[in-house]
Amino acid sequence: MNWLADFFGDAAHWSGPDGIPARLLEHLGYSAAAFLVAALIAVPLGMLIGHTGRGALLVVVAANAARALPTLGLLVLVVLLAGVGTVLPVLVPLIVLAVPPILVNTYEGLRGVDADLRDAAYGMGLRGRQVLFRTLTPVALPLILLGLRLSAIQVVSTATVAAFVGLGGLGRFIIDGLATKAYSSVIGGAVLVAALALAVQFGFLLLDRVVVSPGVRQTR
Amino acid sequence: MITFEGVTKRYRDGTVAVDDLSLEVPTGAITVFVGPSGCGKTTSLRMINRMIDATSGRIALDGQDVREIDPPTLRRGIGYVIQQAGLFPHRKIVDNVATVPYLLGWNKKKARARAMELLELVGLDAGLANRYPFQLSGGQQQRVGVARALAADPPVLLMDEPFSAVDPVVRASLQDELLRLQSELRKTIVFVTHDIDEAVKLGDTVAVLRVGGRLAQMAGPATLLTEPADDFVRGFLGRDRGIRRLSFISAKEVRLGPAPPDLVTDGDGRPLGWRTGDGLAAYGTFDPETDSLRAALDAALLSPNGVAVAVDEEGRVRGVAGRDAIDDLLAEYAPPVRGAGSAAAEEAPA
Repeated sequence: MNWLADFFGDAAHWSGPDGIPARLLEHLGYSAAAFLVAALIAVPLGMLIGHTGRGALLVVVAANAARALPTLGLLVLVVLLAGVGTVLPVLVPLIVLAVPPILVNTYEGLRGVDADLRDAAYGMGLRGRQVLFRTLTPVALPLILLGLRLSAIQVVSTATVAAFVGLGGLGRFIIDGLATKAYSSVIGGAVLVAALALAVQFGFLLLDRVVVSPGVRQTR
Repeated sequence: MITFEGVTKRYRDGTVAVDDLSLEVPTGAITVFVGPSGCGKTTSLRMINRMIDATSGRIALDGQDVREIDPPTLRRGIGYVIQQAGLFPHRKIVDNVATVPYLLGWNKKKARARAMELLELVGLDAGLANRYPFQLSGGQQQRVGVARALAADPPVLLMDEPFSAVDPVVRASLQDELLRLQSELRKTIVFVTHDIDEAVKLGDTVAVLRVGGRLAQMAGPATLLTEPADDFVRGFLGRDRGIRRLSFISAKEVRLGPAPPDLVTDGDGRPLGWRTGDGLAAYGTFDPETDSLRAALDAALLSPNGVAVAVDEEGRVRGVAGRDAIDDLLAEYAPPVRGAGSAAAEEAPA
């Protein structure tokens, strides 16, 4: 508790380029960029594969690769390839990490829609695209949001690795703290990352309330 | 009118679902496709709105080949009701019903007003309009399914085993409701079921299909019961065909006699029972205006003296019919004699 008071109570930690607000913004910046790119790749791809049934193998491969892939290893690899000084080394591993949960859940959400419902939608005279956007997607939305949430939480937690390659973010408190044995900084940084992950979780629960139809939420 | 001309559906693995089917579905009547699983009844239905395309042959809707119409456009003009209702879980009941009007570009207000009309038509409370499907019972969902199919007032309605997932009591009420609706709307309805009793109850015409997708017989329900074309149809119709056939003969023509004094009635003229030595015995009633000969016979069999009590819609005694009166009518409606004449001619000595 003393360490926390030391860290959060120190006025110097609240201003400047290495203060909490600046580091938090950096952290959010990396996370948001990686998450958005991942979502823009994985949501449409998952919808396409789920709707057409073509390319399901890709989803399986992505799901398995995600478990096997070492984030830190990939980080080092991208640094070796692209060099330091850009945000690329942190974005690439984060995107690679973020895609599979979104892809798998979006795909599973669409595939899992009752065959009768699909049948009824076509039978009413909806066209393929209308079936996808007006029927399958709203019904699959809870799972799609689950994928996005899992992915976002992983990204904000893992964005700490940016500090390994000299970039900013909340990871700096942890890594610099470890290097200088300033444990109040390590713990303070960890608490901030954890709080951010909780905030993301909470944000998605709110989003779920707003965008998911009560008719779908209740039946799950 | 919907016309099937030599329609065949053969799948890539060689399975033939429908084999050279030719038949006509008359306008403004209910035609039931019935048969065991694998007889191609659902496939035949789904070829009408092109949920499945025929391999060969032609299906025409009022003369126009359905293959000339873009499937979504075709389907918006044909009501479609499926077994599990298939309501959209994320949309309120009113918006489920308004699905096709929305697709046709009606404005929201008009589409919803139409949806409310239809909810009333199928006997659902207006208060259900803003609920979601999961909040409704199976029977209510199925009514919504029917309302949704009728929303844009299509001339043709395809119903694929719509009532088979609900319990028998609800099913019977949905069947009665469909007949009531049909007497008002006069749609061209194709109804698929595996339940021969449902087929006989609902169909103006019944097409019996056999495994392999061939038409075994197509006839009115009464004809089907008395004159099944072959052993397959006879077997599929099941037992008690003779008795069941009586459901299609009105009890109006049953000759009524005056109520005998031993029929005890209450002050309003409603029957209480037959006087016997030490009390009242059971009795059976029928309403000649609305009941069938089957109900009249049943009423006679329920009375110890074999006399059926005819009542009016208020339940008051109008007269009685003895078994002789029922028997006379049975004789009048005896099944026609078939084949006897030609057989006699062949056996006659030259």
